[in-house]
Amino acid sequence: MSTGTTNATSAPDRAHRSIHDATPGSRRRQRRSTVMTGALAACVVAAITPLVLILWQVVANGGGAIGWQFFTDVETSPREAGGYLHGIVGTLYMTGIAAALSIPVGVLAAVYLVEYGQGKRFASIVRFFTDVMTGVPSIFVGLAIYALLVVSSGAGLGFGTFVGAAALATIMLPIVVRSTEEMLSLVPVELRNASAGLGARQWQTTTRVVLPAALPGITTSAILAVARGAGETAPLVLTAFGARQVVTAFQGTPQADIGLLMKDGFSQPFAEGIERAWAGGLTLIAMTLVLTITARFIASRGRV
Amino acid sequence: MEHNTRTVRDAVGRPAPLTASASASHALTDAVFDVAGLTVSYAGVPAIRDVTLPIPRNRITAFIGPSGCGKSTLLRAFNRMNDLIPGARIDGSVRFNGEDIYGADVDPVEVRRRIGMVFQKPNPFPKSIYDNVAFGPRLNGQKKGLDDVVEASLRATALWDEVKGKLKASGLALSGGQQQRLCMARAIATNPEVILMDEPCSALDPIATLRIEELMRELAETYSLIVVTHNMQQASRVSDHTAFFSVDIDDADGARTGELIEFNDTQTVFTGANDQRTEDYVTGRFG
Repeated sequence: MSTGTTNATSAPDRAHRSIHDATPGSRRRQRRSTVMTGALAACVVAAITPLVLILWQVVANGGGAIGWQFFTDVETSPREAGGYLHGIVGTLYMTGIAAALSIPVGVLAAVYLVEYGQGKRFASIVRFFTDVMTGVPSIFVGLAIYALLVVSSGAGLGFGTFVGAAALATIMLPIVVRSTEEMLSLVPVELRNASAGLGARQWQTTTRVVLPAALPGITTSAILAVARGAGETAPLVLTAFGARQVVTAFQGTPQADIGLLMKDGFSQPFAEGIERAWAGGLTLIAMTLVLTITARFIASRGRV
Repeated sequence: MEHNTRTVRDAVGRPAPLTASASASHALTDAVFDVAGLTVSYAGVPAIRDVTLPIPRNRITAFIGPSGCGKSTLLRAFNRMNDLIPGARIDGSVRFNGEDIYGADVDPVEVRRRIGMVFQKPNPFPKSIYDNVAFGPRLNGQKKGLDDVVEASLRATALWDEVKGKLKASGLALSGGQQQRLCMARAIATNPEVILMDEPCSALDPIATLRIEELMRELAETYSLIVVTHNMQQASRVSDHTAFFSVDIDDADGARTGELIEFNDTQTVFTGANDQRTEDYVTGRFG
């Protein structure tokens, strides 16, 4: 690195320099470090400001409508008193079915991609389309389900809980696949080798070693996908369609949804309806928050 | 050291070591494996070429040699672990009790159930100690008598007294040396004939290493062991036979291919090797 001459000249210098003397340029480095740290802190503040503003707005505007009636009554019209019971029931109903549809399929697809499809053409095609699906606008997913399942030129099922859930499942599926895939890839190859070395067949390695080791991570990704699905409104416009009463029918009757009720509430000039719409937003944020915190908790306890 | 081990072995009534002879014509009365003309290639490049050697039954055979000489690759050929690596190709034959394990109708999973493996880095499953040891028997559908298998396997690896009160604790909670003994117990639980060990002590401290070496000597009463090691003292301490491998670097394309230089009983390899390259390596003049 340094030549013999520089060593010879600088060696006496080094010997006599006090530890308190600054190395040339170190002041400048310290200043630059301070400026950059400040810039990064400002970016963090900028990033969380919208979140804080949203939370504040939602609580300030909708907090007043949160009460017993909000959770136990239905809103027959944004003009009158009522609650979001039907929306909450519909959202939970559809999200639950969507989870039951997308999580098993998504996890199995990821198992195929990681454990069986390495280097196979079919697997890379599946992976490519999963990526594409992640980026498809959610209103378009609703439109596609509408064309495929709702109208009579498709399956002709009409509006209802199931077709709404199918639209949500389509949104959730690629999220489940990609994040589960990541969790499975994190399982160390040493564990797979240990299992194979003991005479396990590949499916035995998958079910007895890889899936149990990845389970906390898979649970986390499934919950995050559910949180994402629960907050979606656009895919439900043309599938669940919305309702003004509690709907328990699995299919055939238009189903209510918190997001759809909010859209109605905000689009009409009635103070009560608008306040309830804010409260609906607060409910959705709370649901997502609970799911996300649960996911974080499980992830922090699990170890791959 | 070496002399001590041999005395101990003679005391427990083991057959006397086989007489030294030239590697090519090394005569063995009883071999568990017979390797003939074995070449393992990855993506068309041979990692180890044209190996022919017998593996004596109920003995410890050490594979030594510099990095990249293909000794681990060769070890993995004994239980078809190379099959799991895409692009691996095996030519030649490995006869296990006379049957070629690479025969057309041989199931590699069945091979691995008969021939256990212990890896370089201790790799217990993130499961309880009990479930780690019971893993192999459960693969075969065994449900009854698991307690006995677990206890016997843990006793065989001198781990029973240390863990009998906490069989439900995670295998990952053990120390490195204990984890490696757990992995040995896990391999033993499947009741293999042969145990392959790929540098089983390289991640362990000297005391844990000593325990594993003692254990290897005990296991050799029942099992045939093949041990890959970087540590020549270890090879001379524990093994009965030693195979020395070296790397052949192709002048044209720089490809590194391992080859067997000498196979002999351990004492001969370390005190009077037939091949100059072996002697240079074991005396530290090369590698």
